[in-house]
Amino acid sequence: MNPIQDLGLRTVTLIAHLGRLTAFVVEIGRNAVRPPWRVQRLVDEIYDVGVLSLAIICLSGATVGAVLGLQGYVTLSRFGAEGSLGAVVGLSLVRELGPVLTALLVTGRAGSAMAAEIASMVTTEQLDGLRMMSVDPIDFVVKPKALAMLIAMPMLNALFIVLALFGGYLVGVQLLGVDGGTYISSMEGSINLEDDIAGTLLKSVVFGALVGMIATYRGYTSEPTSAGVSAATTGTVVTGSVAILLFDYVITALWGV
Amino acid sequence: MNAIADGDARVRLEDVHLSLRGRAIFRGLSCRFPRGKISVILGGSGAGKSTLLRAIGGLVRPQRGVVTVAGVEVSRLPEHALFEVRQRIGMLFQHGALLDSMSVFDNVALPLREHTDLAPPDVAAEVERRLTAVGLPGTGAMFPRELSGGMLRRAALARAIVTDPEIVLCDEPFSGLDPINVRRIEKLFGTLNLQLGLTLLITSHHIPSSLRMADQIVFLLEGTAISGSPAALRHHADARVSGFFAAELDADAENGEGA
Repeated sequence: MNPIQDLGLRTVTLIAHLGRLTAFVVEIGRNAVRPPWRVQRLVDEIYDVGVLSLAIICLSGATVGAVLGLQGYVTLSRFGAEGSLGAVVGLSLVRELGPVLTALLVTGRAGSAMAAEIASMVTTEQLDGLRMMSVDPIDFVVKPKALAMLIAMPMLNALFIVLALFGGYLVGVQLLGVDGGTYISSMEGSINLEDDIAGTLLKSVVFGALVGMIATYRGYTSEPTSAGVSAATTGTVVTGSVAILLFDYVITALWGV
Repeated sequence: MNAIADGDARVRLEDVHLSLRGRAIFRGLSCRFPRGKISVILGGSGAGKSTLLRAIGGLVRPQRGVVTVAGVEVSRLPEHALFEVRQRIGMLFQHGALLDSMSVFDNVALPLREHTDLAPPDVAAEVERRLTAVGLPGTGAMFPRELSGGMLRRAALARAIVTDPEIVLCDEPFSGLDPINVRRIEKLFGTLNLQLGLTLLITSHHIPSSLRMADQIVFLLEGTAISGSPAALRHHADARVSGFFAAELDADAENGEGA
């Protein structure tokens, strides 16, 4: 195959993938707005995605906040602007680092697990078993997982930000001696509810939808082999991470958040 | 070829051509499975026995030909329309295909919860009745990972028959089972067939049990099917067919599992 043919094949494969992904997402959406609602399965999946990610989100949030506090203090003190530490830490976390880092962490922990679980269900014919019982696997397995990701991501993002602000406060105020009142008031004064909080919510919802969609699609369309499970897991982390960064740029460029 | 009249055939395949990943599995395969009878599908490894069941269930689609199940042509049906046909079919997969995140009880109860309005106590009673029928009473709280291969397959069989389907497809139900469990499952198939009039399609490598329970044997050979009674196929003119029976029976006799 010459390079032109190879490029053509890759392009056609990519377009076919995008078409299948679109049909898959439409199918999830259609199932999401009609009964059965499968509330218990949704709650179980939110537990898997959300509660089981708490430790890594809390620890990472506090650590990132602490590092931001430290780096921000060192940089700002060069200009005698330590009083703005609260604003710098708060704005960086709310507008950018909170949603992006949360989404990357959740992709690594829950997204990969989600893809691996569905892929192993493909390998062990569990999805075919559902089909033969006239139970739609997209409705029974995929929908609750994708919705759980969509619901859990903003909550985990909020938790990450709160823990990171706390970490930044601990380092900036308790360790480095910035005035507590100044830290809080500069943060309050700089963070805008409409732009910044709505922006972080928008980003985390978009990232939740992306990760849920990519993880379930990669698992659902995996080859029924152990290599297929591995490829679905790796593919979810790689594609999910790149998609998060790309969409982060697009959202920031379009809406300025 | 067999002499089953069209009206008696619950499952019918006509001139089916099917390739998977570039390999031709069926090359003009035609066969019929009579209503209320036990048909055993035999053939060498890779002959397409499991693929035949999957084509009947609509899980794989032939490139050419017709697959009719309970009077409905399934090979061209969209997925949502297939769900209606599949409510009349139960399928036992080779490795059970039980949902490993759910208990045995929830697995067997799933089709009842999805497709009937039975109250929870009735669902529980029905599940326990089916688990008892397959020799697994009181195992409802266990998870698939806690079951042996044989128990797993019997639990899957309980799930396949819990809604009393017309047609049950069983992929290698005897594989890896000890002789006592082979007899137990064989007896259960006989009972289901006799009492409920189920049409059973069973793929197997286990010749003694096939000869004991089959009303019809469908032998897959080079992408086509040769059908007939067990006695007819055992003494078939084609040496590849009769030789298969002789070789398998010799092997079973050496292993002490003769008919």
